Amino acid sequence: MLFLVASGFLLAPLAPVLHRRWPRRAGWLLSLLPFSLSAWLFLHARHLEEGARRWVYPWIPSLDVALSFRLDGLSFLFSLLIAIVGGFVVLYASGYLEGHEHLGRIYAWLLTFMASMLGLVLADNLIALFVFWELTSLSSYLLIGFYHEREAARAAALQALLVTGLGGLALLAGFVLMGRIGSSFELSALEPQAAALTSHPLYAAVLLLVLAGAFTKSAQFPFHFWLPDAMEAPAPVSAYLHAAAMVKAGVYLVARLTPTLGGTPLFLSLVAGTGALTMILGAWLAYRQAYLKRILAYSTVSALGALMLLLGLGTPAAVKAAIAVFFAHVLYKGALFLAAGNVEHGAGTGELRLLGGLARAMPLTAFAALAAAASMAGLPPSFGFIAKESLLAGALEVPPEAPWAAWIAVAASALLIAVSLLVSWRVFAGEAGKAAAGAHEASPAMLVGPVALGTSGFLLGLSPGLERLLEPAASVVTGAPVPMDLALWHGWNLPLALSGASLAAGLLLYAGRKQALAALGALDWGRFGPAVWYRATLKATLKLADVQTRLLQSGYLRGYLTIVVATVVGLLFFGGLRRAGWQLSAPAEDPGAVETLVVLVVLASVAAAVVSSSRLGAIAALGAAGYGIALIFLLAGAPDLAITQFVVESLVVVLFVFAFYRLPRFARLSSPASRLRDVAFAGAVGVLMSLLTLAAAGSSLHEPISNYFGEWAYLKAHGRNVVNVILVDFRALDTLGEITVIGIAALGVYALLGLRRTGGGA
Amino acid sequence: MNVLLPLPLLMPLLTAVLCLLGWRSRRWQQAASLAGGFALLAVAVVLLVAVRRTGVQAVAVGSWPPPYGIVLVVDLFSALMVLVSAIIGVATIIYSLATVDAARENYGYHPLVHVLLAGVCGAFLTGDVFNLYVWFEVMLIASFVLMALGGERIQMEGAIKYVTLNLVSSAIFLAAVGILYGLAGTLNMADLAMKLRPAQGDGMVVTVSLMFMAAFGIKAAVFPLFFWLPASYHVPPVAVSALFAGLLTKVGVYALVRLFTLVFVQDVGFTHTLLLVVAGLTMASGVLGAAVQREFRRILSFHIVSQIGYMVMGLALFTPLAVSGAVFYIIHHIIVKTNLFLIAGLVSRLQGTEALALLGGLYRWRPALAMLFLIPALSLAGIPPLSGFFAKLILVRAGLETRQYAIVATALLVSLLTLFSMTKIWQEAFWKQAPALDPAVAPAPAGPAYKVAAGAAVALAALTVSIGLGAEFLLRLSSEAAGQLLDPSAYVAAVLGGRP
Repeated sequence: MLFLVASGFLLAPLAPVLHRRWPRRAGWLLSLLPFSLSAWLFLHARHLEEGARRWVYPWIPSLDVALSFRLDGLSFLFSLLIAIVGGFVVLYASGYLEGHEHLGRIYAWLLTFMASMLGLVLADNLIALFVFWELTSLSSYLLIGFYHEREAARAAALQALLVTGLGGLALLAGFVLMGRIGSSFELSALEPQAAALTSHPLYAAVLLLVLAGAFTKSAQFPFHFWLPDAMEAPAPVSAYLHAAAMVKAGVYLVARLTPTLGGTPLFLSLVAGTGALTMILGAWLAYRQAYLKRILAYSTVSALGALMLLLGLGTPAAVKAAIAVFFAHVLYKGALFLAAGNVEHGAGTGELRLLGGLARAMPLTAFAALAAAASMAGLPPSFGFIAKESLLAGALEVPPEAPWAAWIAVAASALLIAVSLLVSWRVFAGEAGKAAAGAHEASPAMLVGPVALGTSGFLLGLSPGLERLLEPAASVVTGAPVPMDLALWHGWNLPLALSGASLAAGLLLYAGRKQALAALGALDWGRFGPAVWYRATLKATLKLADVQTRLLQSGYLRGYLTIVVATVVGLLFFGGLRRAGWQLSAPAEDPGAVETLVVLVVLASVAAAVVSSSRLGAIAALGAAGYGIALIFLLAGAPDLAITQFVVESLVVVLFVFAFYRLPRFARLSSPASRLRDVAFAGAVGVLMSLLTLAAAGSSLHEPISNYFGEWAYLKAHGRNVVNVILVDFRALDTLGEITVIGIAALGVYALLGLRRTGGGA
Repeated sequence: MNVLLPLPLLMPLLTAVLCLLGWRSRRWQQAASLAGGFALLAVAVVLLVAVRRTGVQAVAVGSWPPPYGIVLVVDLFSALMVLVSAIIGVATIIYSLATVDAARENYGYHPLVHVLLAGVCGAFLTGDVFNLYVWFEVMLIASFVLMALGGERIQMEGAIKYVTLNLVSSAIFLAAVGILYGLAGTLNMADLAMKLRPAQGDGMVVTVSLMFMAAFGIKAAVFPLFFWLPASYHVPPVAVSALFAGLLTKVGVYALVRLFTLVFVQDVGFTHTLLLVVAGLTMASGVLGAAVQREFRRILSFHIVSQIGYMVMGLALFTPLAVSGAVFYIIHHIIVKTNLFLIAGLVSRLQGTEALALLGGLYRWRPALAMLFLIPALSLAGIPPLSGFFAKLILVRAGLETRQYAIVATALLVSLLTLFSMTKIWQEAFWKQAPALDPAVAPAPAGPAYKVAAGAAVALAALTVSIGLGAEFLLRLSSEAAGQLLDPSAYVAAVLGGRP
């Protein structure tokens, strides 16, 4: 099982190599992998009746993450289709992009994508599922942006990534919450706890988060807009990602989680409601598009909405219908996308206005497209007919909360019938369009896929035994065996009548499309659509980012210092001293006359330094202040420190004088207002430090360790000067560090001067 | 252990001295530097294995008994930090052998790098608050000179901002050490932990802890104290900024983690909530800053800030899972971020610029470089199954378990914006056509220097992938480290020998 999932990842890096070696045959060779994977799956089909099979490969037990896979009816159906369509798509790409220098890369990304998709539908561990989920988003980013030198392709790829990425993050949070509530990330362990999960206070949050992931991925309103824009991708990518596989991931997730999270009124209204809205909106938007691939994209949105609607309704009939519609849709939409690719390739355009009468030039493509469109429209004997019958039956048999389901289903079906005519009849039959002149049929590699998918979708309605494939999938979702009866003829009943009605309405809509668009199309929905919200959100975020960054990272050191000092002062005033209740304490004894005098001298010197109008004067005054402080050290009984301080102060004054000698005349450049601000800041820091000192002086909690030094400096370290002993013995490591600092400072001065003299570095 | 423990400190200092002894020979310096780097790496590996086997270890320097003398202490967290610093050291030294110009090498580049490494390792190993200050100073002076080395105008501008704001941090740090000594009468961290633990909710202790928070906050570049970082990281040579990007801020984070698990736990409800707010704001502010940048290294610099937020988040949530998430995140981030800077250097070497507007076409012509970029970039954005995803997952899980929904939402949204930033680089530098180059003409093949430099990046990328796929290994180490951090009895016992 691990090999089934991993083989795609392993083969992907080799694909460009193979392509370089055998540019013509690489596509055929590489498509062998997906086809043999589907054969392997087929061989396992007979085990399905015995129940689900699990494979567990330990991965990160500390986080309860395992690579556990489950093959049951649902994952079987999905993985089978993913592998089969994947094979056709790889083959198709070899023809569609023949001679393109990056064909090898698209093989690699397609295989990566396929493997991720297989992992997604087979995973039993939520975190493993999420890993594959994100990998599909990522590989789809690289696939949508295949024509990466086009601005539009880059933007579309980014849009898809951000929208599905946002949903992915919500999904992650939802999964983690689920795992926390159920104490496991294994789906098979969570399913039995459905009652506990759905009654948990966090259920609504979990459901919303998970659905946010599913809806963004499966292009549900209001996140549907990324899908049509993603049509910037080459046709095989669109067929695979946007019809067969990736957009179905959200549907898969909802189906997979139905036994765990489903069956509540909230689930019904959210999933069915969103699905219904997406279904009708997608159908309408598809109807009004002018480009072949965009029509298909919106009709896919509509089909995804239908699937969500059915899964949301959740009755056995609706679930059966969902599985049938899913199966039919993969076949016919895959075929139609590939056929549309052939049209773009052979006729040079996908613009509906220019197309028409292509059947003569492209008979096989036309055949595939017409067969697929018949299935899409739900004409007998196609499998689409059965799917639509069951869709209508499912929508009719609804809980009382959703009486609108049937109406929406009928209306959307009518629109989709018109759409299916647009993408087949309009393109291949009738008068030759402008683009028909130079049109040519596609190469064999590009025909295998559409013809196989199109005809099988058309003919499978007649084939018996399909129940054995679909029933187990539906049973997984409902949690109980559901018998499926996939016969074409169920007698005269309401679904058949509705089907007939929608067919008639669809024909009318097709015939009167110009008038209908003229009447309704004047409304420009795009201005209010979510694509606009997306752009506005992105823009607003960047604007916010710009403003905050300009404000904070202004480029001026004084601005930085202002914020840093203000933050520190504010933090210590309010978070520190005030919260602590200002535990200030006056010094134990009054200062003597000498101390007072020295302090006054220091203060006067500082004041002089501030107001002095010459540099020399300011430096001299600062030096005086330093001497004063050294005097305080002396008075407090620290002669070593005082002497050091005297030396440093003298040196600094001398150095400053030398340095200032070369500077221009002293001038005041700052405005009075900014000087006032400086006074305030400097004053605040000074006051803060004084308060901190006063507060600390009175709240000593323990005896200092310094007594030890006095006691042992001579006896053990054999030094009479305690300060020196501390420096060179007790705390010698500090001194080692400080010596290093001084050494590096010297090296730095030398290097800076030296490098400047030699003309600077490169 | 007695011999082993000081070695991560002495090895780089010794290497620096060796480099200085061969001042006139560039070759000698290069060889000594590389050998010293590998020696440090070997020592770090041995140290980690030893700590894993025997638990927390301490050595009294000069045999003065603690708390009177200085102790060096190693627990799993510091051993991991030393190891990852050594890895970064080796990678950047290799990279600089291929990229740093002769003038810089002749003027002390290699000894400076090793002194910086000594400062970093010293900070990770010391068990003494004032000694920590000393190693911060060693780091500061070495990094300042490295940043200014070369004397270009833009370098001086960045270096002045860097050193000024960091000196503010030093001043606060020193004042805080002074006041702390006044309160507790000791500087030994284990001793501080013992003496201050009974002072639950003592206002003055909390005030001092805020001073430390501010000082380390500047070093770690949290909101709103991060300005020095984006102002300076894009100016020095790539090898230097890669080294800084990996290590400097993380020393600040390390100090925060160390002191706010060991010493300052008197009022967790206040201090760690404050840290949580800071974490959220740091994440958001940093990523927004990155969103508007138009140059490769400037974008990356703002992301450092943003990701410091995640590490602080782990500390602030203060549960075993969260702290192990912080440790995991730090290790992951150091490797990934250094690598991105190295790759930024490769890109600008190929195309002569770092401005996104002028870059382009690299996916077409340099697919291997493109893949090499994608690994750390996607890991940074937390895309599975790379290391960043698991780092994010642990923190998200820890946040949800403690019901801190706001910080979880922030963390997730910020990771989306991080992805946005990385795709911006990808779209501009790799996907779009280079505006100045003829798209039909393939560029000349890269020289041997490029290959050596790229080799360092490939090694780090391989590490990122293996941390992701084999997340269990690092996760187990980091949760053991978190266990030691949250229950300091082993640390205290190792230092004070079980005395109360």
